[in-house]
Amino acid sequence: MQATATSATTAPDGTAATATPAISLRQVVKTFGDFTAVQGLDLDIQQGEFFSLLGPSGSGKTTVLRMIAGFELPSSGRIDLAGRDVTRKAPFERDVNTVFQDYALFPHLSVAQNVEYGLKLRKTPRTERRKLVAEALEMIRLPQVADRLPSQLSGGQRQRVALARALVLRPQVLLLDEPLGALDKQLREQMQVELKQIQRTVGITFVFVTHDQEEALTLSDRVAVFNDGVVEQVGTPEDLYERPGSRFVASFLGNTNLVEGALAKQLTGSEALLSIRPERIHVRRLDEPVDSDGLSTVEAVIEEIIYTGPSTRYVARTAGGQHLIVQEQNDSRASGAQRGDRVRLQWSSRFNYTV
Amino acid sequence: MAAPTIEPEAESGTAPAPGSTRGGLGDKLSRLLYARPKLRLTALLTLPLAWLGVLYIGSLILLFITAFWTTDTFTSKVIPAFTLENFIEILTVQAYQLTALRTIGIALAVTVLCAVLALPLGFYMAKVASPRMRAVLAIGITLPLWAGYLVKVFSWRITFMSGGPLDWLLAPLGMTGPGYGTTALVITLAYLWFPYMAVPVYSAFRQIPDNLFDASSDLGAKAWSTVRTVAIPLLKPAFIAGSIFTFSLSLGDYIAAQFVGGKTQVIGTVIASNINLNPPLAAAFGTVPIVVVVLYLFLARKSGALKQL
Repeated sequence: MQATATSATTAPDGTAATATPAISLRQVVKTFGDFTAVQGLDLDIQQGEFFSLLGPSGSGKTTVLRMIAGFELPSSGRIDLAGRDVTRKAPFERDVNTVFQDYALFPHLSVAQNVEYGLKLRKTPRTERRKLVAEALEMIRLPQVADRLPSQLSGGQRQRVALARALVLRPQVLLLDEPLGALDKQLREQMQVELKQIQRTVGITFVFVTHDQEEALTLSDRVAVFNDGVVEQVGTPEDLYERPGSRFVASFLGNTNLVEGALAKQLTGSEALLSIRPERIHVRRLDEPVDSDGLSTVEAVIEEIIYTGPSTRYVARTAGGQHLIVQEQNDSRASGAQRGDRVRLQWSSRFNYTV
Repeated sequence: MAAPTIEPEAESGTAPAPGSTRGGLGDKLSRLLYARPKLRLTALLTLPLAWLGVLYIGSLILLFITAFWTTDTFTSKVIPAFTLENFIEILTVQAYQLTALRTIGIALAVTVLCAVLALPLGFYMAKVASPRMRAVLAIGITLPLWAGYLVKVFSWRITFMSGGPLDWLLAPLGMTGPGYGTTALVITLAYLWFPYMAVPVYSAFRQIPDNLFDASSDLGAKAWSTVRTVAIPLLKPAFIAGSIFTFSLSLGDYIAAQFVGGKTQVIGTVIASNINLNPPLAAAFGTVPIVVVVLYLFLARKSGALKQL
């Protein structure tokens, strides 16, 4: 169970808050020359969580991951893993393993040797090693490729081998750096399901870096949204989507209509910035009976219609000149509005979310 | 409808139709060669093949034939009569055996020294250095190739001279330089052939993605383990390619041996001192480095490294 944490330092619900977080970052700063990649970050990631670091490229999320792994040392601040200070520790001293963006499989070693690499370094006995490697390859459903070289595998297979190589060591935390970025859409969706299943089975904390908001929403227990080196908001996917904490979060996660000024005042009585999701708005013909109970209503003209298969997207313009995007399901209740039509846009007032 | 009427018009515009108007000698020749692939191939390869066949292989065959001849002990005149005596001599006389082994040992030492220096330097250049520093080092490494061979060897002769710069430099530490001898020879040869090792190792290092080192460390490897299990295996083809040069060039050298080798005899110096007195023996001894290098190449080929050359 995840509670509704809205700031970076708020812990999830009671039980989780008393347990030691798997990862804890305090006032972590990372600069590269003049460039500040991460500024004063506070973040707690709980044991067993599927936690995503989401943000556009250059927002600092990968730097945070690399600092947790130990590939980069923070310029200042402190990093704890399971309550132990690892700020200045080398990667091989940390009980975390990483799945790299382009997999980083050793090209001169077979799949089995790649998976065995970390076990060998730990001096795991040979028979035990064999057993663990076989189990790991079984888990990723690729026992038949054990003797192949990475270059003989497909992208999806390499991805899974990289996962097996990291998980075979049973780390406390698994770090995943855009692991699905190089895969095509279909394979990516299949791998998302697999990742989630594997995470549930092994029960290890996953920290997942992605720029794909849909991926983050689908997979994560909680998400931290990064922008320009700071965390804008931390929360469950639902928190972030329904109750975005900032203009950036509202527009980065899915599409939204950001409304302020006169129209906002008309809708809520305040000029503060509003976020209204396009799929919450309905298109009604002007001659339909007006039902205003708990509803927000705006009259507008349809300017653009984009057909996308399951739904249709309308760009409507209000009398005040504000553009609103509406996403309407193409079901029996579809309005069938045409370009230039004057329509009434209606949605439940509880979807007027003040950012 | 419109297209077929427009096309001929466009063609009859400015450019002449192909193959109709041009008739110079060059054009005729080109047309002739175009139609006859075999003639084309002959024209392409005659000159380089003649060069290779006559000058490279031909001279080697001559050397090999000479090795089976003999000389008149009084006049030193070469007598073209078939004998295996020269080969029996170099294989049985201990001085020749020792010289051959010593030369191979020196060539191996030079190769190992070059490889040991090239590994950290290649890593620094490929993974750490700024582009500017990288360029400076690249020039620094290839510098020995720019100066004349004799100049370089002579500068090392001065360096190792008794009471010379090296002795002077080591004096405060209570040490002296090695003086002329095998050590000086190994150092000089390593200096001469280092670029042939450093350049392939550096470029191979550049091709190793950074995250392989991260991954190794992430999986629990300390720096030395990563070097041993990731870097060296991936650099093996580059080391072998480089070693072919450092090894065979060291094997064949005799000028450096004469300048800084002191009393150290190598295959080259023995050949040089016999070349006037007993050319067939010199020729027979000259086949030794060739055989060794061929063996070395054979082993290198087995390792698969030659595919990368």
